[in-house]
Amino acid sequence: MLRKSEEGPGGARRVVVTGIGVVAPGGIGTKQYWDLLTAGRTATRTITAFDASQFRSRVAAECDFNPVEAGLSQRQIRRWDRTTQFAYVAAREALVDSGVLGELNPVRTGVMVGTACGMTISLDHEYAVVSDEGRTWQVDEAHAMPYLYDYFVPSSMAAEIAWLVEAEGPVGIVSTGCTSGIDVLSHAVDLIRDGEAEVMVAGAADAAISPITVACFDAIKATTPRNDEPGTASRPFDRTRNGFALGEGAAIFVLEEFGHAHRRGAHVYAEVAGYASRCNAFSMTGLRPDGVELAAAITSALDQARVDRSEIDYINAHGSATKQNDLHETGAYKRSLGEHAYTTPISSIKSMIGHSLGAICSLEVAASVLAIEHSVIPPTANLRERDPECDLDYVPLVAREQRTDVVLSVASGFGGFQSAIVLARPGRWAA
Amino acid sequence: MTAPGIVGTPWGRATGTAVVTGLGVVAPNGLGVAEYWAATLRGESGIERITRFDPTCYSAQLAGEVTVDAAGHLPGRLLPQTDRMTQLALIAAEEALADAGADPRRMADYATGVVTAASAGGFEFGQRELEALWSRGGAYVSAYQSFAWFYPVNTGQISIRHAMRGPGSTVVAEQAGGLDAVAKARRHVRDGTPLMLAGGVDGSLCPWAWVCMIRSGRVSSSTDPGRAYLPFDLDAAGHVPGEGGALLVMESPREARRRGVDRIYGVVAGHAATFDPQPGSGREPGLRRAIELALIDARLPAPEVDVVFADAAGVAVLDRLEVDALTAVFGPRRVPVTAPKTMTGRLLAGGAPLDLAAALLAMRDSVIPPTVHIERPAFTEAIDLVGAEPREASLTNALVIARGQGGFNSAMVLRRSG
Repeated sequence: MLRKSEEGPGGARRVVVTGIGVVAPGGIGTKQYWDLLTAGRTATRTITAFDASQFRSRVAAECDFNPVEAGLSQRQIRRWDRTTQFAYVAAREALVDSGVLGELNPVRTGVMVGTACGMTISLDHEYAVVSDEGRTWQVDEAHAMPYLYDYFVPSSMAAEIAWLVEAEGPVGIVSTGCTSGIDVLSHAVDLIRDGEAEVMVAGAADAAISPITVACFDAIKATTPRNDEPGTASRPFDRTRNGFALGEGAAIFVLEEFGHAHRRGAHVYAEVAGYASRCNAFSMTGLRPDGVELAAAITSALDQARVDRSEIDYINAHGSATKQNDLHETGAYKRSLGEHAYTTPISSIKSMIGHSLGAICSLEVAASVLAIEHSVIPPTANLRERDPECDLDYVPLVAREQRTDVVLSVASGFGGFQSAIVLARPGRWAA
Repeated sequence: MTAPGIVGTPWGRATGTAVVTGLGVVAPNGLGVAEYWAATLRGESGIERITRFDPTCYSAQLAGEVTVDAAGHLPGRLLPQTDRMTQLALIAAEEALADAGADPRRMADYATGVVTAASAGGFEFGQRELEALWSRGGAYVSAYQSFAWFYPVNTGQISIRHAMRGPGSTVVAEQAGGLDAVAKARRHVRDGTPLMLAGGVDGSLCPWAWVCMIRSGRVSSSTDPGRAYLPFDLDAAGHVPGEGGALLVMESPREARRRGVDRIYGVVAGHAATFDPQPGSGREPGLRRAIELALIDARLPAPEVDVVFADAAGVAVLDRLEVDALTAVFGPRRVPVTAPKTMTGRLLAGGAPLDLAAALLAMRDSVIPPTVHIERPAFTEAIDLVGAEPREASLTNALVIARGQGGFNSAMVLRRSG
């Protein structure tokens, strides 16, 4: 299945991952992240970010992120929302990891950041200030802090990363709710394939563990109320699952046109071989169990990658731990992969790091790329009593060492968005 | 024409083109394409003192408000679950699809998709729910909050209402995002999705959004609707925010032929997006390069551009940067420049798509829409700014420019069809 030329399917340029940066619950940095995932440890806990006692769901996977220790300046800490801070730290790690700094042509370099919630924590907090805690609709301009506009429009985050990278090519935000972390990579790869950039720093960030976020998921009972067992609260594909655990984090990648990476002798983690998105046009929040549109996205992504469904070594699942998702997703695998759905290992890392909304798909792509790099499949933690309706191989509890050349990662989100992406071992270029 | 700094060929798999076959418009000076265009050619401004809330206590009091009763246009069940800007987007989407004679339900599976640009999401909806949260408690937050506020809400709601199941997404690049969304949709058409609906309808006219926008530092504090937003004028002192925008139906020429479309507004011929270097770097801002790359993408020599729809920031230093970029590409006073957004205000992610609609209508009718309220033009040596009267001209190629606060530059070239 490995292709021999620099040209991908349809004559497109090939795009590879040469750098990874991660801010995740349970550890800052790619190594700590991978250690957590392969150990099957969970990072969900009782919310510490604020007093959550009034809420139905009081569990989340929080990042132990100290901005000073992360090397941010006092001005950056004052000005930037936590989401921007995560994105910046992850982007910086990815740049260092790729070794591409100093070899970038600014006008041929771009930045795309995915996010579902933007600067929610800052907006929630600043609203409370200007409205005197909700007492007045006519909020008070005099109490509005100077950086408020940066929180209002989240493209401010992309601008900060662009300055870090010194990028002067295409820069922006891609936001599709919980599929943002895949769709932003698809868009960035498109830009490289189309020749609009040769290097894109792209990925997703969300830090929205905030009263308004917890309240809005409480309102639709999407999050888990398992407050007395926070460490095992997120149970994808398990009979006892009862909603997702909110998470936060960021994963940012250096994506390069293959020739650019090859010429500078870069380490290539994986190729972004194919991707697709579909809308279910059904409901802003609901899913049908047949998974038709997600299956269509998977099939289209595999076609673009010219990968046969039998070649998939691992599926990094959406696995949000809501019943409707688990059935929808299982249905989509059966529909798109046929009998191979039963023999392909599938796992949900949301069991360990929760659901960080727009960021999670990029964190899942990071896990997928690392699975290829290390030939280890991270497990689905907390999966002790498989739902009888979920009858596939979900890699319960323990990581699996296994040669992993092709990974499919999928996502499903509010708005009806369904996305799939295929990552492949770089093959002959790896040496 | 050269584009310094470009390494290698800018051409990849991007072949084929996208034609615009339908328009939907909601604007402060007119609801619907016909009303908007007639008002624009008459020079009628929609900028007024804010009525949506009492602006007396704020340092800015003018806005471009859309006059519409959404309940008369949309099913009742959609109203409680949507922010106003989503209601406006749904109205524009319906008009655009009807204008194109396209019914996605009668097309193949996954043959139609949606890309919108956003800025702040459903912010007025968000203010109501934040108020409920803080004043009454978490249990009072609406079940709709999770998807009424988020950035891709317009894409999702349009997709659901019209059964558009192909690619769907949303981009954010402050005011530049509106062009980037249309460019992304063009890519989907080139890659095989027969029909895309794309653009932006935006706006957040509630007190909480208002103080956020005031903090951008670019909102005019004038209380005179005729003197508040004066791009390229010696008295430029900020802009007036507004709400609204436009959505475009884009399709492959083959799909348009298959459907028997008899009216094509134009071709999305070229696009480029660039980002400004950090201030103090000594490097040139990116707008000139965005324009040049868009022209290269359109394979169009600069002298063949017949009209420029300017970003028109209305802030002296930003107006100067735009004039410098235009002069560098075209030479002084070589091409008419206009800013019909002087009649609507700046519509966040909706403004640039509205300019695309205006440019397509201008090419159709051979008339350049006016730039109103400019009494003391500042750059008369450098740009030929179309004044308060529309100017008749045969137009084949139009350039639309959009910039987003923070350093975003986007440029799009449209070509008249036939």
